[in-house]
Amino acid sequence: MQSEVTKFLEKNKQSILTQWMTNLAEDHILREELMSNEKSRQQSEELLLAVLKVIASDNFKNTESQEHESVSDIISEVSIYRARQGFTPRETATYVLSLKQTLAEVLDKKFAGDARLLYESARELNQLLDSLSITTFETFIKGREEVIMRQTDEISEISTPVIQVWEGVVALPIIGTLDSMRTQTVMESLLQEIVATGSSIAILDISGVPAVDSLVAQHLIKTVSATRLMGAECIISGIRPEIAQTIVHLGIDLSNIKTKTTLASALKLAFQMLNLEVRKGERK
Amino acid sequence: MDRIPILKMGSFLLVTIQVDLYDRLALNLETDLIRMVSETNTRGVLIDISAVGLVDSFMGRILNNIATISRIVDAQTVVVGMQPAVAITLVELGLTLAGVHTALNVEKGMELLHKRLGSDAGGGGQLYDNSE
Amino acid sequence: MQGEGGSFMITLSKDLIQITREQDVVTLRNRVKELAVKIGMSLLGQTKLITAASELVRNMLRYAGGGTVTLEVVLGDKVTGVRLTFADEGPGIADIGLAMQDGYTTGKSLGLGLPGAKRLVNEFSITSEVGKGTTVTVIRWKNGL
Repeated sequence: MQSEVTKFLEKNKQSILTQWMTNLAEDHILREELMSNEKSRQQSEELLLAVLKVIASDNFKNTESQEHESVSDIISEVSIYRARQGFTPRETATYVLSLKQTLAEVLDKKFAGDARLLYESARELNQLLDSLSITTFETFIKGREEVIMRQTDEISEISTPVIQVWEGVVALPIIGTLDSMRTQTVMESLLQEIVATGSSIAILDISGVPAVDSLVAQHLIKTVSATRLMGAECIISGIRPEIAQTIVHLGIDLSNIKTKTTLASALKLAFQMLNLEVRKGERK
Repeated sequence: MDRIPILKMGSFLLVTIQVDLYDRLALNLETDLIRMVSETNTRGVLIDISAVGLVDSFMGRILNNIATISRIVDAQTVVVGMQPAVAITLVELGLTLAGVHTALNVEKGMELLHKRLGSDAGGGGQLYDNSE
Repeated sequence: MQGEGGSFMITLSKDLIQITREQDVVTLRNRVKELAVKIGMSLLGQTKLITAASELVRNMLRYAGGGTVTLEVVLGDKVTGVRLTFADEGPGIADIGLAMQDGYTTGKSLGLGLPGAKRLVNEFSITSEVGKGTTVTVIRWKNGL
């Protein structure tokens, strides 16, 4: 880029920053409730300085250069931060595009007389900021994905509590949809608990599973098979009438699996299998 | 080492597998075990695999074979102590070892054998009903 | 940030093992386990990968009398994984679709080798030419299902 332009931008960086922040405020995308104005200002200043460094460097055309990398890193950080804070994609994109707008305005004012120079500078600036927009888009989505992944992990962790209900009997109430990922977690924690407690009976309660399709049934059958391989028996409880109906309509064979309608009746069966008797005690 | 030791414990045979089984070793075990069963007139065999970190379809087949052949010579086989990761992997692989009895540990395996052989003495016809 | 498409993958380490006899199966299992432990794979993940490797190498010995296994640690889109390539110069497979079906076998095995191994890994590909040989490539990611 022409040194005349880069020098001008460098000298006026404070006013450019002010102008940019003003534009952002006018577009209502500062979102003070998500991010303090000080933080916004600090991030924007960092980004602007990095952009100016790229423009001023000899490596402007070389996108692998250190300057490009550093501006890329900053924009990624900004985007991920915004994704986590809950900014919308539009707000995040507009944030970067607004810098482009501001720079165009500033250059337009100063170099209005020199069309050639203005065109050249605008074109190069566009190129740089467009590539930054793409990076923003990419990292914003990545940031959101991270949030989702973390939540998924948390949910699968809190949603597989294995409870020892009696000596030799563990129960696992499943709440929510059973997908392959969940099944894996459920199976692992159930089997580990069987080993830890030395239990020979495991009750899998599916009252909290909204629907059972052939895939879910397959997952259940797998869990039962794995339990049996370990040397324990598995009872599935909490099968609602409509679920029983679906299972039959889908042609799924659960005849090799012990099933009960309620957790209570499953526990009763477990007592029977363990030769235990539960009686009312005599009142003293 | 080409053989896995087979111990006689009371009226049962106990095999503890502690090394990584390669094919020859597994096949030898199958032959030795069946021979021991008929020689000693044993009614129950316990195979402890708690130290085994991997059972593939070949080893699964050996376990199945041992169970099936023992049954023919009138003995019961119980595989004990399978690790959770091994169990999940076997199921994923498509092997459920349907003909093999299982127990959590050697102690529970002994209990199971006593129970099964006890019911056998009573002449019940339900000896092989646990194949689900 | 640039150039991270879905197919992004680089090899971090690479190793070859020749398989000619039964005992090599144990060596291979140990090497696979080492790599899986090194990248921090869970115990279940390790077990699945080693079992898959065991199935595939057994196939290779049974049908082709041996071959070469390439063990790699690869970096995909932000995750590391173990990639294993089983290459043999055996008779090849005429109908891959059929060979991938549960219970299909030309030997006297259970016919779980290929389809079973596929279920134990995250990525699976097979190419084969009759008379030339077969190559199976599998990947298991560190955090794979």
